[in-house]
Amino acid sequence: MKIDSIQNGIVLDHITAGKALQVYNDLELNKLDCSVAILQNVKSNKMGKKDILKIDKEYDVNLDVLGYIDPDITVSIIKDGQTVEKKKLALPTKLVNIKKCKNPRCICSTEQEIPHIFKLTDAENRVYRCIYCEADK
Amino acid sequence: MKHLIDPTDLSVQEIDDILDLALDIIDNKEKYSEVCKGKKLATLFFEPSTRTRLSFEAAMMELGGNVLGFSSADSSSATKGESVGDTVRVVSSYADIIAMRHPKEGAPMYASMVSGVPIINAGDGGHNHPTQTLTDLLTIKREKGRLGNYTIGLCGDLKFGRTVHSLIKALVRYEGVKFVLISPNELRVPDYIITEIFEKNNIEYKEVTSLEEVMPELDILYMTRVQKERFFNEADYVRLKDTYILDKSKMKLAKPDLSVLHPLPRVNEISTSIDEDPRACYFRQALNGKYVRMALIYTMLKDNGQI
Repeated sequence: MKIDSIQNGIVLDHITAGKALQVYNDLELNKLDCSVAILQNVKSNKMGKKDILKIDKEYDVNLDVLGYIDPDITVSIIKDGQTVEKKKLALPTKLVNIKKCKNPRCICSTEQEIPHIFKLTDAENRVYRCIYCEADK
Repeated sequence: MKHLIDPTDLSVQEIDDILDLALDIIDNKEKYSEVCKGKKLATLFFEPSTRTRLSFEAAMMELGGNVLGFSSADSSSATKGESVGDTVRVVSSYADIIAMRHPKEGAPMYASMVSGVPIINAGDGGHNHPTQTLTDLLTIKREKGRLGNYTIGLCGDLKFGRTVHSLIKALVRYEGVKFVLISPNELRVPDYIITEIFEKNNIEYKEVTSLEEVMPELDILYMTRVQKERFFNEADYVRLKDTYILDKSKMKLAKPDLSVLHPLPRVNEISTSIDEDPRACYFRQALNGKYVRMALIYTMLKDNGQI
């Protein structure tokens, strides 16, 4: 299957197979008015199979969201049909309003104005804790 | 600005300084009777309390300062639907320092993000209670003469017991403290305390269900109440509330220099028959709470440039 290359926009490559829709949803790409291509289970020498997302528009992608979902995703910025920048992802040290604290005893559960903030406490096991109640995510 | 939300917000050195100041206050009360003159402490208690609120208020009064505040959410604008954030923003324009208790975990942490004055966490749900920890540390220091090198048993509700969580976080920073965790299976300490505190720091600990079995090896026994207000299901509370009762027969198994601590209030978990035993420290502990809060309020106002 062939999908046209894009002229100006972003390509998210090396997404773990099956996670493209999560990336699409968490980045809220449904709110964009441009073409977005979701490719699932694409053959990959390195990964066996992978997912790819192509966004046909210059767009300020939230790298923390991507890093949290999968820090191995490759982010390529495309201008005039050429890759002009590749961004490295890392596991973010802090998540702000990316995930919700589900502890019913947490102050987040009753106060609407409070930002949901998690801090990375164990990078090896990818453990994030709510800064308010310390429940893990 | 420095707040006190979690017991580890204070370094070991800062804790030592506060405890030393508390000891100096005990010996020289007159010297400190006017040091907070003209300053106001607001006590925002969204959840009822006797000891903590009154000891904060007594502490500020004995430093020559004034107090204002409320003692339950029912007597605050929370009943009108005001958010914690708005309450704190407003009160921080009236007071120089705030002591806050709230039934929800993390409420004081959020308060510290919006407040214009220092916030002291006076207990947030089943989470943390750092001034109780300072009280416990001052009591251990006064009773044992040291903060390290002993075996401490923590008994009762170790799951929701915020005083236990805070005390563990503080004590692992001292040398040679061995922990014996005594609880029913349903009320074991949260997993993160085992993995991220004990195991990560190579701290010696064991979990048991029998208090009698470990009594002879303890230097300190920290009893806690099974708290009705932390249960969603009353049947669970009724089933677990009387699991451990410390009485004369269990005290006979203990070392002659055991120190029994309890954050109070107690219900059935310590028989009144041992109140006269010199090893029962819990009423002395409650008094220590006032002195350590005096030291804390004075230190925080000073650090914030208020005095």
